[in-house]
Amino acid sequence: MSELSEASGLLGYVWLLVAIPAASAAVLLLAGRRADRWGHLLGCASVGAAFLLGLGMFGQLADLDEHRRAVEQQLWTFLAVGDLRVDFGLLFDPLAAVFVLLITGVGFLIHVYAVGYLAHAPHDQTHESAGTARRRFFGYFNLFVAAMLVLVLGNNYLLLYVGWEGVGLASYLLIAFWFSRPAAATAGKKAFLMNRVGDAGFILAIFLLFAQVGTVQFSGVFAGVAGMSSTVLLVLGLLLLLGATGKSGQFPLQAWLPDAMEGPTPVSALIHAATMVTAGVYLIARSHPIFSANLTLQTVVVSVGAATLLIGAIIGCAKDDIKRVLAWSTVSQIGYMFLAVGLGGVAYALGLIHLLAHGFFKAGLFLGAGSVMRGMDDQVDIRRFGGLWRFLPITWATFGLAWLAIIGIPPLSGFFSKDPIIAAAFDRPGWTGWLFGGAALLGAGLTAFYMTRLFVLTFHGPKRWTEGQRPHESPPVMTIPLILLAVGTVAAGWLMSTSVVDWLTPVFGEAPEPHGLLSHGQVTALTMAVVVIGGVGGWAMFRNGTALAPAPAGPVVTAARANLYGDAVNAALFEKPGRWLTRALVYVDNKGIDGIVNGLAAAVGGGSARIRRLQTGFVRSYAMSMLLGALLIVGAFVAVQAGWFA
Amino acid sequence: MPGPEHYVALSALLFTIGAVGVLVRRNAIVLFMCIELMLNAANLALVTFARLHGDLNGQVMAFFVMVVAAAEVVVGLAIIMLIFRTRRSASVDDSNLLKY
Repeated sequence: MSELSEASGLLGYVWLLVAIPAASAAVLLLAGRRADRWGHLLGCASVGAAFLLGLGMFGQLADLDEHRRAVEQQLWTFLAVGDLRVDFGLLFDPLAAVFVLLITGVGFLIHVYAVGYLAHAPHDQTHESAGTARRRFFGYFNLFVAAMLVLVLGNNYLLLYVGWEGVGLASYLLIAFWFSRPAAATAGKKAFLMNRVGDAGFILAIFLLFAQVGTVQFSGVFAGVAGMSSTVLLVLGLLLLLGATGKSGQFPLQAWLPDAMEGPTPVSALIHAATMVTAGVYLIARSHPIFSANLTLQTVVVSVGAATLLIGAIIGCAKDDIKRVLAWSTVSQIGYMFLAVGLGGVAYALGLIHLLAHGFFKAGLFLGAGSVMRGMDDQVDIRRFGGLWRFLPITWATFGLAWLAIIGIPPLSGFFSKDPIIAAAFDRPGWTGWLFGGAALLGAGLTAFYMTRLFVLTFHGPKRWTEGQRPHESPPVMTIPLILLAVGTVAAGWLMSTSVVDWLTPVFGEAPEPHGLLSHGQVTALTMAVVVIGGVGGWAMFRNGTALAPAPAGPVVTAARANLYGDAVNAALFEKPGRWLTRALVYVDNKGIDGIVNGLAAAVGGGSARIRRLQTGFVRSYAMSMLLGALLIVGAFVAVQAGWFA
Repeated sequence: MPGPEHYVALSALLFTIGAVGVLVRRNAIVLFMCIELMLNAANLALVTFARLHGDLNGQVMAFFVMVVAAAEVVVGLAIIMLIFRTRRSASVDDSNLLKY
């Protein structure tokens, strides 16, 4: 990590990046109906302001000397307990800067798009007015942006965790935005619960860090890595990885992400494609001194990434819901990022380049999907589209560019971001290089296939619409963000591949010389070959449309349609034993614990009902008991005096 | 010449008569008299032991008992009178409302 610089000029106002969206969220969520009319404008303006501020700070940061390119700002003591002292401190370094620009830049475009999207959002059976729903949406959206900025700007693990939980909350609220729909409410809960599993790993990692190095601040932790045993490092890294897989929808916690598509499409674009789900990649990249210090750990991360990118790509080939295909594609692409950050060294930067490129083209794809859905009366089944390019020309063009970008056609961004990752995977020494490189290569071919299938079935081929549909292009408030994202998709790749590696050098160190199995030229040629095979194959297969009902298929396709049985495994391994456990606990509670308490009460009640019969109301019986008592006392006195008990 | 043991025996006898009377009789007036009997049996014992030990404390205590007994008779008789007026009965077994 490089030295810190003095926080001067704009860089002294890093806290404003978080404060602006947070204040806007507070206003929107607390102001009530009086903000219904202008709430969405405030929501967009706050994120736009944060973007401009971030851009200014980025410029100032770039002016600093390369070895002192980071500023830290301590705001106040967040909590101090015993030896633990956590400051609310923000760290603005090259890594945080690119995230800030991605979150606020893409976030701003999606905010603007959402204004148009929500104007025609599917109506709901709640009593909420459209204006209130829109205000609530932008309140949550701004809350998300604020939490995400805390996540990437925090200078210690605890603050990162605060943002981590904040984005989880915003994600839950937005997935279940149409809460009167059972599917959406359930999906929100599923996302929240599966994220909890990962979060438990993350918080345990923080505990372990405190126990080992006595601080949770990044600088202190990374300085203490050298003193940790390899076992501790392994456990620590695995716990962090568990947290990262939960948030990023990676194997084995991938099942929640596709269900999260129940939320409004701008949410899918911003939270579940471009930014929040990449938090896991950020966590690993930020913790790179920990992950780089243990080879086993790196292998585990790479394996998770490789497995997930194949899982996502295979399932993506079999889905018919336009948003689900994109969701599985997100899972798969984040798998590439995990693969890259697991490889270590310069590949950290490659993973982040892919993250940025993915942020652009996947946001474009989701927003395009939202535009298609809006034009087709909220139809999401790609078997019911076809021939739409004539009716939605802008959506077609932007979606097409994003499609070419994600499958990695030069000179679009995906080519510059994905190709080096595949090459880096082949650089890994020994047979693992062949294994992971092969997986990444296969994934690239599958990506080309399923994205081509999606594109062709939606925009080309025969019309397979339901009766009476009149597809129409979206208004400018939606198409302009699409166009801007497409511009980013085209321009970003080349720009980033040339400059981002250098930009991130202060964070990750210099790039070592490649010593690979294959030269980069060979890898590029191979990749282009499989991409073209996948793409042309997909186009040829689906050029003439597809059957409207799912045809019976072989075991692989059936498994892929069932999400490779991920949900079934979860149900069998966790849900069912959980139900049994709950039922057993209810039984023990009802019969055992309640039995003890109720039995005790019944015994006391019954006993006292009998004992109270002693109160007869007759003076003579009271006199008798007094006499007996007196005799007893006198008797005892005499006995003691006589020494019978001596 | 009767010795202290005779007085103590008499005191015990009187006390027993009083105690048995309280237990077996129903008339509130008789009950009352039995209680007086027990108090005076105690007085007799107090005076006897005071004499035996040559200590006046016992006699003083006997006076206290008499004063308390007099006060108790005043209050008790008034209560018995009121009960008799309202219930036309002096039997203690009839006043048994305060029970389970």
